[in-house]
Amino acid sequence: MLRIDCPCCGVRDHSEFRYGGDATVERPAHDNPDLDSWYRYVYVRPNPKGLHREYWQHVLGCRQWLVVERDTVTHSIHSVSFSRRQRA
Amino acid sequence: MSRYSVFSLLRHAATGNRGWQRAWRVASPKASYDVVIIGGGGHGLATAFYLAENHGIRNVAVLEKGYIGGGNVGRNTTVIRSNYLLDGNTQFYEFSMKLWEGMSAALNFNVMFSQRGQLVTAHSADQLDTFSHRANIMRSNGIDAEILDRDAVRKLAPYLDFSDTARFPIQGAIFQGRAGTARHDAVAWGYARAASGHGVDIIEGCEVTDFLRQGDRIVGVETTRGRIGAGRVGLAVAGHTSVLAQKAGLELPIESHLLQAFVTEPVKPLVDHVVAYGADHFYLSQSDKGGLVFGGNLDGYNSYSQRGNTGVLREVCEAAIALMPNISRLRLLRHWGGIMDMTPDASPIISLTPVDGLYLNGGWCYGGFKATPASGWCFAEMLATAETPALIRGYGLGRFRSGHMIDEAGAGPFAWLQ
Repeated sequence: MLRIDCPCCGVRDHSEFRYGGDATVERPAHDNPDLDSWYRYVYVRPNPKGLHREYWQHVLGCRQWLVVERDTVTHSIHSVSFSRRQRA
Repeated sequence: MSRYSVFSLLRHAATGNRGWQRAWRVASPKASYDVVIIGGGGHGLATAFYLAENHGIRNVAVLEKGYIGGGNVGRNTTVIRSNYLLDGNTQFYEFSMKLWEGMSAALNFNVMFSQRGQLVTAHSADQLDTFSHRANIMRSNGIDAEILDRDAVRKLAPYLDFSDTARFPIQGAIFQGRAGTARHDAVAWGYARAASGHGVDIIEGCEVTDFLRQGDRIVGVETTRGRIGAGRVGLAVAGHTSVLAQKAGLELPIESHLLQAFVTEPVKPLVDHVVAYGADHFYLSQSDKGGLVFGGNLDGYNSYSQRGNTGVLREVCEAAIALMPNISRLRLLRHWGGIMDMTPDASPIISLTPVDGLYLNGGWCYGGFKATPASGWCFAEMLATAETPALIRGYGLGRFRSGHMIDEAGAGPFAWLQ
């Protein structure tokens, strides 16, 4: 079981969280007519072997969206923060 | 390479079984090959075999970073079926099924293909309707499919939960009699042996670290055992496709996820078929040793770790017991994990790429094992002709951009996105 240190609730099993995928993907501007940007936003993922910035939502806790930096090989978690701070 | 037969068995038995040779040659890398296939899994080995067998291209190397049979070809739950609904999938997997039916003879290696039949349980009238739709599509493509009612399922599989307290009562099932299992290691070994017999070099312990370029064209690979030149490079490393594609400057619609498989302690014969649970994600068969081999969902987050998490273990066992309460006290012998390329539409990618000289075979989600022979057959044709065979036109990399996806998530594999 991964243990995620939620900045709101403390250390919890990952089964309390819902995975939200790659947090480095940027949504194109709403009026962007470039098909390629939308293709990359929807489908293309860097899929790194190593450190991965990803979203998790603490659905069975504070319901906050978090950005977790996790190693996809060792599963060690390097940082956890609220995603809204990153977005601001 | 000597042929395996009853007579060779008897001859070796009479001489104390001391004369058996290695199944495939130990090869050292040459300076260059017509075709280099990266990845010595089932798909890579099958590709090498069909390149030699169907196209006469024998100056071929298969580069495997670990050992033959150590990757996903030895980690799957060995289920083979061709019960696909969508055009492109239906024909491809049926072609694969036909190759399975002749595989042991074609390879002179017993892959223990056992057409024991697969049933997927239905738990509502609506689900049975969608299964009827699928069965009709299959039958119109010449594939065997039957719809069973509750009593017929009970006759086939009386060990499932038919009690009044079943959480999701079984209403029927879709059944494919030609589906079954094969011994996955034997598939790897059989293809390796047959390819090696055709002159293909199978090089184990050889990890590709980079690509060699001449202008924009890829002309070989840099490996832990030196540089190897190549006329064409085929990538068949599902699980790690993104890692290698990135070195070639290729961005892909793939995420790597972990899928676990499980086996219980051996018991006497109980499960005659392959059984999939229609109310949750769970499938099960019984191995020749007696262990119940089963699997379920992905672990659910990007992973390259090749080892499973206990959260999913519990979920899968819950599904197992909901379908078969009688196995609740069996002990789990082992569980293990493999890394899957998950694509957005749950269908594979066998494709020409924007990178000259590089050909891609990946994105198998977790349906790769059953596709092994057809994947090798088609990828070999692609590597031989530099064109896309008609059978796999739907599996091109361009389909995500154009919207022509084969999004058959209901057939099994799905990433968390799907």
